[in-house]
Order: sequence, then structure tokens, then C-alpha cells
Amino acid sequence: MRTELAVIGAGPAGIAAALAAARRGIRVTLVDAAPAPGGQYFRQPAPGLGESVPQHGGRTWTRLRDALAASPVDVRPEHHVWCVERESGGLTVHALLGPEQRASVELCADAVLLATGGYETVLPFPGWTLPGVVTAGGAQALLKGGLVTPGGTVVVAGTGPLLLPVATGLAAAGVRVAALVESTHPARLPRHARALAGKLPEAAGYAARLLRHRVPVLTRHTVVRAHGKDRLTGVTVAALDARGRVRPATERLLPCDALAVGHGMLPHTDLAESLGCRLDGHAVAVDAEQRTDVPGVWAAGEATGVGGAALALAEGHIAGRSVAARLRGTTPDPDAWAPAARVRARGRTAAAALHALHGPPAHWGEGVPDDTVICRCEEVTAGAVREALALGAGDTRTVKLLTRAGMGWCQGRMCAPGVAAVTGSPPAPARRPFARPVPLGVLAAQHHRTTSPEHRPRPEEGSP
Amino acid sequence: MSESLTCDVVVVGAGMTGAACALYAARAGLDVTVVDRGPVAGGTTGAGEGNLLVSDKAPGPELDLALLSLRLWAELAALHGPDVEYDAKGGLVVAETPEAYDGLRAFADAQRAAGVTAEPVPADRLHDVEPRLAPGLPGGVRYPQDAQVMPALAAAHLLRASGARLLTGREVTRVLRARDGAVRGVRTPRGDVHAPAVVNAVGTWGGELASRADVFLPVMPRRGFVLVTEPLPPRIRHKVYAADYVADVAGETADLLTSPVVEGTAAGPVLVGASRERVGFDRSLSLPAVRALAAGATRLFPFLSDVRALRTYAGFRPYLPDHLPAIGPDRRAPGLFHACGHEGAGIGLAPGTGLLIAQALTGRTPELDLAPFRPDRFPRPAKEAAP
Repeated sequence: MRTELAVIGAGPAGIAAALAAARRGIRVTLVDAAPAPGGQYFRQPAPGLGESVPQHGGRTWTRLRDALAASPVDVRPEHHVWCVERESGGLTVHALLGPEQRASVELCADAVLLATGGYETVLPFPGWTLPGVVTAGGAQALLKGGLVTPGGTVVVAGTGPLLLPVATGLAAAGVRVAALVESTHPARLPRHARALAGKLPEAAGYAARLLRHRVPVLTRHTVVRAHGKDRLTGVTVAALDARGRVRPATERLLPCDALAVGHGMLPHTDLAESLGCRLDGHAVAVDAEQRTDVPGVWAAGEATGVGGAALALAEGHIAGRSVAARLRGTTPDPDAWAPAARVRARGRTAAAALHALHGPPAHWGEGVPDDTVICRCEEVTAGAVREALALGAGDTRTVKLLTRAGMGWCQGRMCAPGVAAVTGSPPAPARRPFARPVPLGVLAAQHHRTTSPEHRPRPEEGSP
Repeated sequence: MSESLTCDVVVVGAGMTGAACALYAARAGLDVTVVDRGPVAGGTTGAGEGNLLVSDKAPGPELDLALLSLRLWAELAALHGPDVEYDAKGGLVVAETPEAYDGLRAFADAQRAAGVTAEPVPADRLHDVEPRLAPGLPGGVRYPQDAQVMPALAAAHLLRASGARLLTGREVTRVLRARDGAVRGVRTPRGDVHAPAVVNAVGTWGGELASRADVFLPVMPRRGFVLVTEPLPPRIRHKVYAADYVADVAGETADLLTSPVVEGTAAGPVLVGASRERVGFDRSLSLPAVRALAAGATRLFPFLSDVRALRTYAGFRPYLPDHLPAIGPDRRAPGLFHACGHEGAGIGLAPGTGLLIAQALTGRTPELDLAPFRPDRFPRPAKEAAP
């Protein structure tokens, strides 16, 4: 099928872009892997669970949901996009359907907006693979999606702005939060106070809720070990010194049956990379209109740099208006979206400050013992990574070649930050030509179709 | 920080071929330094399947080198087998038409005369040899000498076994020549390494390194994609490929050629090759190429239709116009030796290449006649300016 704009990802950025473009007469198709739009931020409880209003941005969500329902946007849930292909006639979005992901459909579009969001990073520590240890985002998804809580007594740990809503959300759902363990030092906050001014009311709200639920907050602390045989029974936490190393004799045990841990987020850039879009660090590089450097491809939201829902909404809105103008052959007037541009500017400043504030602890890799599994898919330990370094691997790519770390099902999405930490090099964006595993039968069928005589004769491929 | 080192030989390139050259040179008693602009196995070595094959080679100098190399690989496997995931799995070449089967058997007859073990497998026995093969294939030939290693591990472990000094992350900007033309070492941004002999083992960049010694060697990249599936229990016993692969290897076209090459790995994933295109060093995904690979693989093994590809990657085979590598001393630059241009066979041919280079370095008579591999066999194109 054919559309003018294909939006990939129905979170805040994707929905805002779809609405902005559709309002200006563009035919929009909005695809997402989940059964319903909303993304992680506006994730809704499964139908039938009663509670229909999520914790986050209730009114904003109601407004977006109703606008989407009233709009002509063609919403396609359960589309798992595995590749976007650039051809002479435009762009083709390839998506696997439904939970089975066996059949693939093609969506041809004049423009594509990548609103693919971000994913959480977790650094490894002894015991992090025990049942009962979940990512902070995973705990939040459980809570939002089904109002399930990961345990009766939970420790929330790591670093980053996600930990606050996770801790308060769990506490509000009746879970005992034994501690919020944040590795950042609060004394570093004033340095970023101006940039974060807009975030202060939100932060104050979380602080009040933590207080109300009597959640102990341990700053400049980290989880050094998770305990348990078959599942989690507790965690050892310790204080960090000014250089980010564990201070001796500060360890203490916190009994718990769940640990929600996260060390920040990274943008999803797989589709952008196989399209050949330029990256800026880990994020898709965009111009003032949210255009990538590949003609016909826009990007918005966490994919262009992790910064939260308000920033994503603003970027999506700008992208949608830009697409609408460009597809009609006109140059958009940036003054028309000045309010969104102001939100975007503030959001990016705050995001940069939060990023600087919540860097993962330095020297993390040094503290990981040899027998800790770093890559779960391929069961590669920290010791094996160090052995590869001794064999002459100087970077994460060679470590991967020599150890298979990152070659399994998750393709390094889970373990790449940990491998980089132990390797002692900065994590590099991975090259993943397929954003999802794709059945060979799907590729083979596309070969037979695209090389059949009526489609495109390719005589040089005739013999095999 | 700049430093100056002195040794007997500088091997440029820390891939499989450089590792083998370092190993055999060190065994011959030379003090070896290996220099690479990247890490170990950072080029074609890190992008290949690790094929050690005689099956795809017609009688001639390359087959002689392959037979020598496979013998050496078996020796190396006795020392390092598990570390390098050596697997003497054997190859199975299958024909998809009766005419192809006839051609395949005639090819095998000629190979047998040159010392290759090649066993015809008629249609009714194919599934005893490879149970998951598609039905209805007219027959194949089994090559028990074919084997496989994990190439990056092989390069890293053989480098370590060589005891050579390893300098990674240093690009050779210049091959140093004395006034009389003799090689006297290499220049890197972090200092010179002085030696009376330099070995060019940089694979696809061999032509560029040659030009940094002011000699001409037309090594060019030929791109290939590999599809990697989800891990599976062992279901494919051999390296299995279709008979047209042999024709494609020798093919002259710049266009996309694909013929199915399918094999399991120790770690579980099935590897699917092999595409060939001359497109320079373009690494970007080509859906037409990987679609053709998938179509070929599912034709040989229908069960693969439901198996998922987790990833795909491109590599660049270093090829020379006559599809033979450049091995041996370069008369145009005394002290310069070449060991590159092995196209898609470099892992398999590495030990033989390393041994021949070590013999040449130490003035011994090489095990094989080096004449067909002479590095100066390609005249510099008249129109081309000096590199």
C-alpha cells in the first residue's frame, strides 16, 4: 500500500507528528509494534483491566488519543518494522505483522518520520541476571501496562530521571520501596539549576511523594551486588567516593524481592543507520525542521536524543509541519511553530543538563568481577572480555568478534554498555541492518517477487 | 610519543594472513613485529566465515597452496583446535540440475588427480550425508578435507602463539626505502620500526600499502554479505553449497552474483553466503543481495524459511585480476614481501602463505613454486599516474 507520510513509532513524537501533518492534508500512516498507540510514556493498561487513565500526563494523553481517533490518520498497531529501504520512487517500510512476526508487509511512502524512541541501558553487576532484577523501565511498563508490580519490597537503583517516577509509581501502587539508590551526587545539581529550572516543579512533586511514602533516598550510592539463589532476596549497596569508586566499609544489605535498575537511556537508531542517516554521537542528527541528512527522512523524539515526552511532542509537531510543507513543495515558516520551538530549546537544554548530571558511575567496568555474565544471550563473562583484550582487541567490535558478546538475540541492545564499560572504551552505536529478526522465508519471497520477469529483469542473477 | 624499534621483519596487518606470516617467521627464528592500523582481525578476517576449502578450487597453483595449507591447519589444530573452533566438518557441493551434476563430477575427477579427496554422492544418498537438504536434488560431491575455523579467534591466537611484538592502532604511512632501493622498515605516526624486511599482509588495502612503498599491486575489494541466523541446534553437518559457487568465484562481472553457501557454526547460528559485487568499500545494506542469499539458502534447505536472520554484515574480499594472491619477494623493492590478495580464501590459504613467506625471508627454497604468485606480474596501467 501507499501513503504520503509513514510515521514509525506511536509514542509522543510520532503521534504529534502524525496529527500535525494530517491536519495539513497529508495522508499519514502511523505504525507501531505495540497493540495500541501511546508508546512507553503513554502506555495503557490492557483492555479489561479497568483503570484506563495512566499515571503520566493524563490530560495530555486524553487529548492526543481523542485527536488521533478523530483524525484521518491510518493507525497500524502490531507492525514490527525491520527495515526502511530507499528506492528511486520513495521509501519502503518493511514490517512484520502481529505477535508472530512471520509475515511481512510493505508500506511505500514519500516521506518517513523515525519516531523510534529509546531503550534503557543497564550496567552489569554480580547477580544482575537473577529473577527479580528488572530494568527500571521494565518495572514502569509492568505498572502502566497491567498494574502488575514486580515484587512486595522493591529497591529502585541506578541513575537518571526515570528512577523518580518509577519509585513514586511503585510506592503509590502499594509497593514497599526499600530505597531509591541514585549514584549521582546532589551537590552537582546547583551547577545545572538554571538549565533544569523548568523541571523543578516536577522534581519537587516527586520529592514530596517520596517523602509521603517514606521512601529512603540514598544519593551517591550504588548497588554492588544482588543476592539470591533462585531469585532475588536482597541487594548490597555502597557509597561512592568523589571519583565514582566504591568507598570501602560502606556496604550494607537491603533485603528485597525485586530490584528495578537503570542507567539512563539510548536512542533507537537501527533504522536510521541502515538508511544511512548521519548520527551525532548516539542520536540521529537533525536540522531545525527535524530533517535527517537523507532526503525524505525526518526524525523526532528520543531517537534524536533522549529528553522526555514534552520535548518529543514538540519535535514531533515541528517534524509533522515540516513534512506537510515539504511534501507540497513549499518551504515551511518556522515562525508558525515558534511555541513548539521554544519548548524544544528548553527541553534540549534540560536534557543536556540531566545527561551531564546522571552520567553512569566512572570506573564501573573495573569493579565487575571476572565471573559476572556481561552478555546473557551468549553467556560471556567479564573475564572473557578481559581475555579478548589481552589477545589484542582494543575496541568493542573486536571484543564482540572474539567473545560473541552482543551476537545473540538482543544483538547487544542489553549488553553493549556493559561490554564497553569492561572494555574501557566508550560505547559505540552498533550497526544493526535488521531492526528486528526477519525470517529467511520473508527475504526469499521478496527476492522471487522483485526478480520475477515482470518486475525487474536481472539477467546477471539468472544462474544460481 | 615517538619511538624507534628494530627487528628482523615487520609484518603489516594483524589479520589471519599477518598472523600466519608472524607465526612461521618466528618459528624460523626471526624477531617479528606486527603493525596494524586497527585492532587484530579488524578487516576481512573479522567479516568472513572461516572457510578452509579445497572443494572450490580447480587444479593449479591455488589448489596446491590450499592442500599445503590444509595440512598445516591440521597441525595447528592439534595445538590450538578448541581455541580457534577448528571443525573438520567436510564440504558438500550439490548440483541443482542433472547437467550441473555431470559437470561437478568431471570437476571432481580432475581434483582427485591433483590430490583432493572427492566422493560423489548420488541422489539416493544425499540425505544420509545431509538429512535436511531439499528433496529432488540430482546429486553432489563430498569433500572430507574441507574444514572451518573461527577466523578472528584464529588470527588472535596464532598472533599470540607467534610471540611477535604486536603494535595495533598504528597506520603505516610509509614503507621506508634506503637510497639503493632496499626496504629498511616502516613509518607510523608513533615512530618508525626498522627492519630489513617488510611483509604486506593487509588484505584489501594491499594495493595502498604497496603504493606507500612505490610499487604497483592492483588489489581491489569485492563485497560479500553474510546472513547470520538465530542459534539453532546442529542441523547442517557440512559446509553445503551449490555447484554454481565455483563459477561465481572465478566470475569476471562487477554485478551482483550470488550462489548459496550454507553452514552451521559451533556457536549455533547458521551462516548464509555468498554474494559477490564490485562496488568499492561500500558497507551499506543491500537488500537485493541479502534477499538473493536467503532465496538460495531456502532452496537448498527449505526448513530455513522459518528461521530468522538476526543480522547481516558486509566484508570485502581482496582480489587481484587473475584471482591468485600475491605471495613472495617483490623484485622492485628488495626486502618487501607480499602476502595479500587471497580473495575469499584467505583464512584457508593463510598457513601455507605464512610458511612460504618465512621460507623466502630466510632464503630457503619455498615448498611451492612462487612464480604464479609473483607480486610484480601486473604491469602498471600506462595511463595511470604514479600512486
